[in-house]
Amino acid sequence: MLMNLFKFKGGVKPPTNKTQSTTLPIAVAPIPARLVVPLHQNIGGTPRPVVQVGDKVLKGQLIGEADGWISAAVHAPTSGTVVEVAMHVRPHPSGLDSLCVVIEPDGKDEWITRTPIDHRAVPPADVFHHLQQCGIVGLGGAGFPAHGKLTPSKGVPMDELIINGAECEPFITCDDLLMRERAGEVVRGIAVFRDLLQPKKVLIGIEDNKPEAIAAMRAAVDAQNEPFSVVAVPTLYPAGGAKQLIRVLTGKEVPGSMRSTADMGVQVFNVGTAYSAWRAIGHGEPLVSRIVTLTGNVHQPRNYDVLIGTPMDELLKLAQPHPDTDGILMGGPMMGFLVPDPHAPVIKTTNCLIAHDDRLFPPKAPEMPCIRCGACATVCPHELQPFELYWYARAKNFGKTQEYHIFDCIECGCCSFVCPSRIPLVQYFRFAKSEIWAREREKNAADGAKARFEFKQMREEREKAEKAEKLARAAAAQAAKKAAEAAAAATTEGSAPASAATDADTPPVAVDAEKVAKKATIEAAMARAKAQREAAQPKNTDNLTPEQQRTAAEIEERRIAANLISPEPGSEKAP
Amino acid sequence: MELLLAIAVMALGAVVLGAALGFASIKFKVEGDPLVEKIEAILPQTQCGQCSYPGCKPYAEAIAKGEADINLCPPGGMEGVQRLADLLGREVKPLDAEEKPKQVAIIDENTCIGCTLCIQACPVDAIVGAAKQMHTIIAPLCTGCELCLPPCPVECIRMEAIPETIDNWKWKYPVVEIKAAPLREAA
Repeated sequence: MLMNLFKFKGGVKPPTNKTQSTTLPIAVAPIPARLVVPLHQNIGGTPRPVVQVGDKVLKGQLIGEADGWISAAVHAPTSGTVVEVAMHVRPHPSGLDSLCVVIEPDGKDEWITRTPIDHRAVPPADVFHHLQQCGIVGLGGAGFPAHGKLTPSKGVPMDELIINGAECEPFITCDDLLMRERAGEVVRGIAVFRDLLQPKKVLIGIEDNKPEAIAAMRAAVDAQNEPFSVVAVPTLYPAGGAKQLIRVLTGKEVPGSMRSTADMGVQVFNVGTAYSAWRAIGHGEPLVSRIVTLTGNVHQPRNYDVLIGTPMDELLKLAQPHPDTDGILMGGPMMGFLVPDPHAPVIKTTNCLIAHDDRLFPPKAPEMPCIRCGACATVCPHELQPFELYWYARAKNFGKTQEYHIFDCIECGCCSFVCPSRIPLVQYFRFAKSEIWAREREKNAADGAKARFEFKQMREEREKAEKAEKLARAAAAQAAKKAAEAAAAATTEGSAPASAATDADTPPVAVDAEKVAKKATIEAAMARAKAQREAAQPKNTDNLTPEQQRTAAEIEERRIAANLISPEPGSEKAP
Repeated sequence: MELLLAIAVMALGAVVLGAALGFASIKFKVEGDPLVEKIEAILPQTQCGQCSYPGCKPYAEAIAKGEADINLCPPGGMEGVQRLADLLGREVKPLDAEEKPKQVAIIDENTCIGCTLCIQACPVDAIVGAAKQMHTIIAPLCTGCELCLPPCPVECIRMEAIPETIDNWKWKYPVVEIKAAPLREAA
């Protein structure tokens, strides 16, 4: 089918190095001796562990419960025993530890009872919940929880659903092999997304260096009679970037400040996400394994179906790395990073492991001064000016980097790739971005501290004023009492008959003087008790100005919203 | 006659301009000192009093008046001094104390006797507790000012440096490694 394709600006053509790992079909990696499953694997809240040391778990059993809407559950990748819930190294450029559940497999690989759902028969909210409970996240790179991307925007009609099978990064072939071998289930997953989002068109973008995958996907689409178009897009890095693929397939350019779903009516999913979403919906299987390309400096490059939590060094042994391998790259050579610790486990976003050596990736020659040739600006797919960003990031002038839209940078590495002075531009941009985030955090913390400090001062002033007022009132009452006593003494002395007359007026009903006295005592006691009760009640909510009342009401609302208190008026004083 | 006219014209000009200035001074009156606010925005708001002023705002006011030096804020660090110098056009001076990593106070809850003295000392309301009840620190709200340490009668509060986690980890500034040239090339 013929379709008018568009071009995005820039891009580079690094050697693809993909054929090495596509000669053999996907193999299932053996279960390792120990699985280390990090709880925080994707963008969003860190899941809470729900298992304890010694628990027996089955394959697919929940071990980490999703924390909040943008978060996805984590499951046991195989059956076995939980031997540890502790801090272990995570595949992250920092090399820092995070909370992991360590499972010793029993070798039976026994599943929990899997319950498929019919996504057409249940309301969308249930489907979202099911996907979140199955831990389905975007497998393309960032790992954004899939259910968070499946709600159509209210204002803008959903025009296009784009399925990303471009896989533009060199060396990686996991999506290619997935489409070749499991196209049917990928298409079923796409149909689920289609049913939820109701787009006008579904476009599957695959780079034209994967003819087998394109053929397999076309066959699967035809076999299922779906109106999806499988489009071959020109091979140009980074065509697989979400905004680039949107541009190529639809001609729409997503401005930096906009989100493609909410503002442009386009949504993008990776083919791997579609596949695992179908495994969750059609088979009830949570995301416990993924396809990982093992390539680089190895004897036998190949794609493996790998359990999440498999240690990388153990996994890489399957591909028989050459003895001079000196590190593992996670992800591709353009955007990936050297894993700081080879024992780090495979996580949901690990698409490729490349055995690193100096022959494949020669050490970079020293950085030279920028000559402002502008090569970086011509290849930047986001039409930024990397050389300007570089100056400002290097000089730590972060305000200026933001003026030059550093947060539109997708860190694709095109600029570093072409730089004749071999400047690690992306590293400078990452540095600037994380500094800006840290400053933002500090600024927010400082603002909060300032507000609380000022409130505390205000409160102390108020308490002081209240105390002074109370003392003044007590003194005044004392003085008045004394004056009254003096006056009473004066009247009893001077005009006894008058007071006798008033006394005579009041008790015409009273038959018994004793009864009256008793009643008076009781009344006096009740009055005293009432006064005491009032004194014990907090008085700072009396006599509020309308403004204070409004603030108090707002605070109550916030507290109700934050579930700190229940909305009943009776319980509002509970701490 | 001409002399009188000239004087009249000048006098009229003075009256008009004076009225315009007077009007502008009422119409465009700025409440508070904008410089104090700018200085305060740079200060870290720990309210620790290490600058010998009772809080960040008094210190900002003192700087604005020219009474205080710009290098008295240890939590702000050298970077804070640099930014104040840029704002005020003053010389950068070395910090008048040693720079410490960011810290957070921790109460040993077994030792705490519930005296509420630290709650009263905390400038930012980051400690919760009640009389004869155990107290604890709300770590994200703690500014690390150390003002709760001296009042504690049982010394159950200690300061700990905030550890680096994946959430607060930052990419480092790219550093060029300088290696010694091989000997044969040098020779």
